[in-house]
Amino acid sequence: MAKSPSLFTATFRRDLLLAFRHKGEMINPLVFFLIAISMIPLGLGPDKDLLMRIAPGILWVMALLATLLSLDNLFRSDFDDGTLEQLLISPHPLYLSMLAKVLAYWIATGLPLMLMSPLLGVMLSLPSGAFIALCSSLLLGTAAMSLIGAVGAALTVGLRKGGLLISLIVMPLYVPILIFGASAVAEAALGNPFNMQLAVLGAILVMALVLAPLATAGALRVSVNG
Amino acid sequence: MNWQWFHRLGSPRWFYEKTDAWVPWLLILAWGLLLTGTVWGLGFAPMDAKQKDSYRILYVHAPVAFISMACYYLMAIAGAIGLIWKMKLPYMVMKSAAPIGFAFTVIVLATGSIWGRPTWGTWWEWDGRMTSYLVLSFLYLGVIALQNAFQSRDTADKASAILALVGTVNIPIIYKSVDWWYTLHQPATLKLTGESTIHVSMLYPLFTMIVGFYVFFTLVLILFTRTEILRRESRTQWVKDLATGTVRKDEVAS
Repeated sequence: MAKSPSLFTATFRRDLLLAFRHKGEMINPLVFFLIAISMIPLGLGPDKDLLMRIAPGILWVMALLATLLSLDNLFRSDFDDGTLEQLLISPHPLYLSMLAKVLAYWIATGLPLMLMSPLLGVMLSLPSGAFIALCSSLLLGTAAMSLIGAVGAALTVGLRKGGLLISLIVMPLYVPILIFGASAVAEAALGNPFNMQLAVLGAILVMALVLAPLATAGALRVSVNG
Repeated sequence: MNWQWFHRLGSPRWFYEKTDAWVPWLLILAWGLLLTGTVWGLGFAPMDAKQKDSYRILYVHAPVAFISMACYYLMAIAGAIGLIWKMKLPYMVMKSAAPIGFAFTVIVLATGSIWGRPTWGTWWEWDGRMTSYLVLSFLYLGVIALQNAFQSRDTADKASAILALVGTVNIPIIYKSVDWWYTLHQPATLKLTGESTIHVSMLYPLFTMIVGFYVFFTLVLILFTRTEILRRESRTQWVKDLATGTVRKDEVAS
């Protein structure tokens, strides 16, 4: 008899499949990222020195905003059709299903963001030494942001007009990630080592891995029962 | 062991009736301490060597800053108690603490800005403490916004409690991260944290103001909670009696 997949694998595969079926939804944050970055030289002027100086921060801020954009979709469709309730009353630990959903979500949104970032770095004249820092900090940072953002998404999934509320809730929680991420890229642009910032980002990611799914599970129980 | 006294603490009605007697005393105490502290600090404490008289805004700025941070933890702990023991009163306290804490953060930011103008020459600086404090005010705003977003009060309470608790984890992280960020970019120019070297004659009015503001905060929190109790328990008999002024003969004194 074939071994049936665990809940983690099943949820992960399902969410990934669903995400790839709606490629339009996946593209949205990437297009936002691209257009928003393009606005910067349009608004501030094309002076290369200026762009080089602000590129690390701007890239990170825009990546953060792009992550915020798609956060509502994490639980929305499952909430609407009742799948979320089924997950909640299943005998399997909610922690694992939350982890699976967030992992699938990150692969569909955060990872493409990270992969697209070098292109946008070129657009903003980011110095060549900073690209590795950009990608590695975004890799760790978008993962942590997906985990922490899931808490906000879970808190507001029961609201019909969640709208900007999720951004208001989640943005203060993103502040440390933004600070260290942008700092890593800025230091790398100057030619300095950026190990410390990556280490802290990794620490934040690990802490989020442990704690965020618990908070998300609790928040989902509150939202679905409310 | 008889736990009745503990469970009684969770009764909104008990809280309301007990605080009936406390409020006038707290009012007198708060007025007295704040008046004493203000006059002492503004009029009688010595002038600062460098800042002359403009340092006196410290007597409002510092106490309110301490309390705003304590208020956040109070709010989070109240939320945790409500979540764990499923009691009504902690949620009411949490809901009352949020706007008070936010108002205090606004006061601190405003007084700090006013203080910074003559001393630092600028209304605002993005240094570690100020930035992390600004994020604290955003955390308060998030809790207030979440409170008002739900139709069901029960869901609103639980959701805000969860958010307040998540923010608690984040506050030390924000503070540390902004400190490191700031020192990465430029060295600290001015550290106004030389409180340990403050002279005794300036310290005493400061203590008075700190205690006075704590009493004031307690008073305001109790008043807000009392209003919240009346609002939420408006369908019970005792609130209706209170509103119509009826006194019942078969009252059980609690």
